[in-house]
Amino acid sequence: MFGWEFPPHNSGGLGTACFGLTRALANRNIEILFVLPKKVGVSASFMPILFADTRKIKFHEVESNLKPYVTSEGYVRERDKIISDIYGNTLLQEVRRYALRAREIAKKERFDVIHAHDWLSFLAGVEAKKVSDKPLILHMHATEFDRTGGQGVNQEVYDIERMAMERADGIIAVSNFTKQKIVQHYGIPADKIQVVHNGIDECDYENIFDKLSDLKKNGQKIVLFAGRITIQKGPEYFIRAAKRVLEHQPNVLFLVAGSGDMERQMMLEAAHLGISDRVMFIGFLRGDDLNAAYRAADLFVMPSVSEPFGITPLESIIAGAPVLISKQSGVAEVLTHALKVDFWDTEDMANKILGVVSHRSLKETLWGNSREEIRKINWDAASKKCIDYYEKMICACGVPPETRII
Amino acid sequence: MASICFYFQVHQPYRVKDYRVFDVGRDSEYFNDNSERSINNKKILHKVAGKCYIPANAVMLELLNKHPEFKISFSFSGVFLDQLEEFSPETLESFQKLVATGRAEVLEETYYHSLSFLYSPEEFRRQVKMHREKVQKLFGVTPTIFRNTELIYNNALAHEVEKMGYKGIIAEGADHVLGWKSPNFLYRPQGTENIKLMLKNYRLSDDIAFRFSSKEWADFPLTAPKFANWASQVNGNGHVINLFMDYETFGEHQWEDTGIFNFLRHLPEEIYKHPDNDFITPSEAIARYEPVAELDVHHFMSWADVERDLSAWLSNPMQHDAIQSVYKLEEDVLSTNDEKIISDWRKLQTSDHFYYMCTKWFNDGDVHKYFNPYNTPYEAFIAYMNALQDLRLRVVGHPTYAKKIQIKEII
Repeated sequence: MFGWEFPPHNSGGLGTACFGLTRALANRNIEILFVLPKKVGVSASFMPILFADTRKIKFHEVESNLKPYVTSEGYVRERDKIISDIYGNTLLQEVRRYALRAREIAKKERFDVIHAHDWLSFLAGVEAKKVSDKPLILHMHATEFDRTGGQGVNQEVYDIERMAMERADGIIAVSNFTKQKIVQHYGIPADKIQVVHNGIDECDYENIFDKLSDLKKNGQKIVLFAGRITIQKGPEYFIRAAKRVLEHQPNVLFLVAGSGDMERQMMLEAAHLGISDRVMFIGFLRGDDLNAAYRAADLFVMPSVSEPFGITPLESIIAGAPVLISKQSGVAEVLTHALKVDFWDTEDMANKILGVVSHRSLKETLWGNSREEIRKINWDAASKKCIDYYEKMICACGVPPETRII
Repeated sequence: MASICFYFQVHQPYRVKDYRVFDVGRDSEYFNDNSERSINNKKILHKVAGKCYIPANAVMLELLNKHPEFKISFSFSGVFLDQLEEFSPETLESFQKLVATGRAEVLEETYYHSLSFLYSPEEFRRQVKMHREKVQKLFGVTPTIFRNTELIYNNALAHEVEKMGYKGIIAEGADHVLGWKSPNFLYRPQGTENIKLMLKNYRLSDDIAFRFSSKEWADFPLTAPKFANWASQVNGNGHVINLFMDYETFGEHQWEDTGIFNFLRHLPEEIYKHPDNDFITPSEAIARYEPVAELDVHHFMSWADVERDLSAWLSNPMQHDAIQSVYKLEEDVLSTNDEKIISDWRKLQTSDHFYYMCTKWFNDGDVHKYFNPYNTPYEAFIAYMNALQDLRLRVVGHPTYAKKIQIKEII
């Protein structure tokens, strides 16, 4: 399995997803050889206890001096015309280097299936297939269209995605929403794509503390945005909805947790709209801090312009806040007990936010039901689907499925 | 001898439109959606009239004319009758024709199809009186048999309805209440002396209302002769076969192409092939048969969902919040003496509003979702509470309210 990042050295959902998926697969007795491109970082010390028993994941670190990757921005996928040149010279080089290393690994190791996550690993997967002739499954967590919100798609990245998907034996998409994008923008036939929704495992979210309870005195309500402050995540719609809400009900505090290229712009926008005193930019949060923010919130809002899946609403529900999510997301396909809006409809967004902050019973019912619902949106369910897909691919390639190593 | 007693519920609520918090204080029309969505009351009424009321009434009239002993009964909610007058007078006429035959009985219920008995017995009495007056005005008859909203029933209700002078009351033949007893007899509600209870035979009723077009059903297809056979098997085992259902069964829940109208058309003649069976109205049943036992129903039951209890309307915090909020306004609303405010308040009491907010089983896309004109129960709640907030503002802004506050302060 070819990945690019793994917790705790991840800056986005890709690492979290890989972690959840590999652990669940290992629990189902799939032996995984997990490859990361860079040497430093993850090691056995990060493994949770659950993991240790199933010790079937070996970590192979490929040597590479990947400067952009070392910083958290290295995984930022937003594209400005200016930045793409830098990536053109360094990130793409690293991706190609990864692919060559992958070739060597594939020659030496035994496995039945190749599973590669997102475009950064696709070339590695393609090379591995070339030398081993084993089935290649590409896992699409996000397409270039999602990352750029449809504006300024990087041609080289697009070409890699397309070429790899054409060469692959099977493709896993994290939602029907993403599958549609793949069919529409990359010309891949729908029957080549299997949808496996991401999940969340409750055991990873125990012991959440009420750190931010001070903010809630005076009956103040808290509405939370947590994500990269970038075009894909729709922060401007959040700010606009906030303005609309505050006109009606001033005793609401809007928290923006995250960082990104639009951060400064959003601060200026809040100031311009005269709501700076009610919008707090609290920076990038992770782990316990992020969970505490979810816990303190009365409502979590994910106004994404284009979200292939969206694990954050699930985290929010586990931690204690019900969610309002964009209909233009993959997670909207699996969550019934959530408020849903079109990302651009800030009136509707404000109306729903006000509904939740004004009526405790709405918050209770929404959260109670979603908390129950989330139990079936887990990584074990996802891993089962992946395993079925592996078997399907292995059969299609004409190899009997005796071994179970990937 | 077993008599078939048909009872049809005929009801349409005034659905609340997609009322936003920003409309509060600006728009005092809550029920006038005119989009293509199914919260458009006028559109829905026309649709159901076309698919159900008009064709079903035509079949019923045909049967009433053809079979001089054929009998049926209805109850029309007041809000339904209002909408007929407003949107489809010709449909009202078709119902009037049926009642005019003298063999289509009209039952009593709360005008606003509300859960008022649970929250305000006085409001309940008022709404029943309003309903009686409306039925007298439109149909020239005075009901003597009562049915509460969605057949919600318990001992206390029977006691109250007996006090109000009704001779009979109908309810669901729920298993958890009947136990081994049969719904095919009349019962005496516990604590009463002069009122008789008729219970729905849910198996036979639901065979028509729900299972009729279900191909997975072991007894599909249901034909008139087959059903007549089942009915005749009650002979010797019961006095009545109470077939209680929503009138929308005919054409709206069961579409015309399932053959439901043909089934109905041939049913009387098939029933009559069994000389021990006949048709009866609830009043006739009450007059003809004596109760065989007392029935103790302490907790409320209804005909809704599998549980047959109040959970369809009152199972989550939102529903409780909404219903308590509307009844809290009673005193203030009534004291305004403002017809429009009071009428709007009452329209907001219709049980359907709370039904739309139900979240049990929402995951399984079940019957609640089918009937829900909103995208989610949460949106139903938000629209409702916003409308209620506007109503509250109208009450508070009303001159009589200001006077009341002054008086309170003086005292």
